[in-house]
Amino acid sequence: MEKFTKVTGVAAPLMRQNVDTDLIIRIERLVGTDRSDLGPHCFEQLRLKADGTADPACVLNHAAYRDAPILLAAENFGCGSSREGAVWALMGAGVKAVIAPSYGDIFFNNCFQNGLLPVALPIAEVERLAEETRASPGNARVTVDLEEHVVVSPTGRRIAFEIEGRRRDALLQGLDDIALTLKHAETIAGWQNADRAQRPWVWL
Amino acid sequence: MPGKTLFDKIWDSHVVADLGGGVVLLHIDRHLLHDLSGSGALKEVEAKGYVPAQPQLAFATPDHAISTRAGRTDDTFPAGGPLLRGLRQRTSKYGIRLFDMGQDGNGIVHVVGPELGITLPGTTLICGDSHTCTHGGLGALAFGVGSSELVHALATQTLVQRKPKRLRVSFEGKLPKGVTPKDMILHVIGEIGAAAGTGHAVEYAGSAIRALPVEGRLTICNLSIEMGARTGMVAPDDTTFQYLAGRDFAPKGALWDRAVEHWRTLGSDADARFDREHTVDMARVVPQITWGTSPEHVVAVDGLIPDPARAPDENRRKAWEAALAYQGLEPGKPIAGTRVDWVFIGSCTNSRISDLRAAAEVARGRQRAAHVNAWVVPGSERVKREAEAEGLDKVFTAAGFEWREPGCSMCVASNGETVPRGQRSVSTSNRNFVGRQGPGARTHLASPAMAAAAAIRGAIADVRTL
Repeated sequence: MEKFTKVTGVAAPLMRQNVDTDLIIRIERLVGTDRSDLGPHCFEQLRLKADGTADPACVLNHAAYRDAPILLAAENFGCGSSREGAVWALMGAGVKAVIAPSYGDIFFNNCFQNGLLPVALPIAEVERLAEETRASPGNARVTVDLEEHVVVSPTGRRIAFEIEGRRRDALLQGLDDIALTLKHAETIAGWQNADRAQRPWVWL
Repeated sequence: MPGKTLFDKIWDSHVVADLGGGVVLLHIDRHLLHDLSGSGALKEVEAKGYVPAQPQLAFATPDHAISTRAGRTDDTFPAGGPLLRGLRQRTSKYGIRLFDMGQDGNGIVHVVGPELGITLPGTTLICGDSHTCTHGGLGALAFGVGSSELVHALATQTLVQRKPKRLRVSFEGKLPKGVTPKDMILHVIGEIGAAAGTGHAVEYAGSAIRALPVEGRLTICNLSIEMGARTGMVAPDDTTFQYLAGRDFAPKGALWDRAVEHWRTLGSDADARFDREHTVDMARVVPQITWGTSPEHVVAVDGLIPDPARAPDENRRKAWEAALAYQGLEPGKPIAGTRVDWVFIGSCTNSRISDLRAAAEVARGRQRAAHVNAWVVPGSERVKREAEAEGLDKVFTAAGFEWREPGCSMCVASNGETVPRGQRSVSTSNRNFVGRQGPGARTHLASPAMAAAAAIRGAIADVRTL
């Protein structure tokens, strides 16, 4: 997993509710496309018109936001399908952190498996970040600092965010969950032996 | 100490180790693998140098990237062929049971799990698919995971998890005329929103749930993720046990009796506490239809298309406006009568035999509107064979509907089966997201009976007045 410590850059204000993972990456792209090649397809349904040309009305097509490493969004970002390709597509498009009031549970978990940081802030804070960004498109910089668990707004306001200690440490160190879990191999085997006696019908 | 909920009983009994900070190592009893997420996960397990820890607890069935056309082959949908062959090769290599295309036991992963008795009360079950919550209808703790967690679970038979909060949704009273389980759950999502269940495990309870057959409970649990909840469940009872008795992988003989004795202890205790409660008076529920691009964009079929000017807040006003523009709808008009081009009856939500019976009852002796393409895609080989034995296929084809092979098909449109751009579909599936049924496709979610009614009328129609 990629480490995450701190990112500073432009934040794209995609202030939309219920951005689902189908919208982030279309399912056809996950059939036969390598995960490292998903970036160009990220948000294609928002960015492209029916004829395949860029839609100038889409905020993600503005020159200021095209390569933004931070994404601002409204409630329930990443809801819907469990496809981890949504995280791979965002990261492939250069996004390092998302700031939104709330996230789909499965997407939220998937972020931490890959090194994308989902920051949860109240909607009023996200909207204020969006306003400060729009005031100076392309120049306004936002910092997301995981070590300090703080977001620094374009005007220098420091906004603390909460994150579970275990998740924070895993991101900072880029830890591999499987290797950590296998340290418990004996405990797992012990649980399974006891369960075989208690619930034999589960063990086919 | 207060009593425990159904969820807590299953969760607590599956904790292998407490990792601190509210995080546990949770044992996983069942993996379901499909061609899209399963093939990739097995490949990834291999690439990382691991092997599936307990292959006898994993089951595979292709459903996402296979064609549902009659006479299909492995490569009718060319991009799916390699996934299918990868699933065959790796399940064979590791001794994982595979229910291959066209074989008994094949079908949509969330239809065949319960149907084969792979899903059992009190078990933990995962799949790389968000609609894994479906299996909670049998009293399992079932949830969808992404690729990385799937790989973790295959390699270790456990997952690192945080305990969610508990939400109980109680449905009290009898189902009014024309109201189905799909309408019950869409009604709730409309009331409390697409994010109301985020961070929660949902238990569905109340007299209306107790009176529902298992297939209806599966439909309700299926849409838990559409209110944000990774898992939804119904306490196992005699209805559950009657459904499971004799199924392929359900216990038999003395072991069955022992299992049932255990399963009877799983229901929430009378004094169990929930973090949130929501109660629905069934007398107020009518047939539902979605109008927008989130399952929370839902109205009564005899209602009006909402006006963004009346949205409760600014972000929702913008969301409603964008949804209406995408869907090509005008606010303030009745939703019934909206012209429809496609009807899709299928998906892990509504493709079981009771769903097909309900749709066939509406279609029987009638004819689809000439401009409508109507597809019926049974959820599994068994559903298909049972429906054909009852003559339901003939009812559908006589009404001008197309009878197809099992698979996910047009619900997720990952197999090339899509609703054309700009066309409007009434679908029994679970998501009306932008582009879900194909780029530019406009989806309205409804029950099987309502979908059949739309095909007959050629427009969104109230099944109660057909």
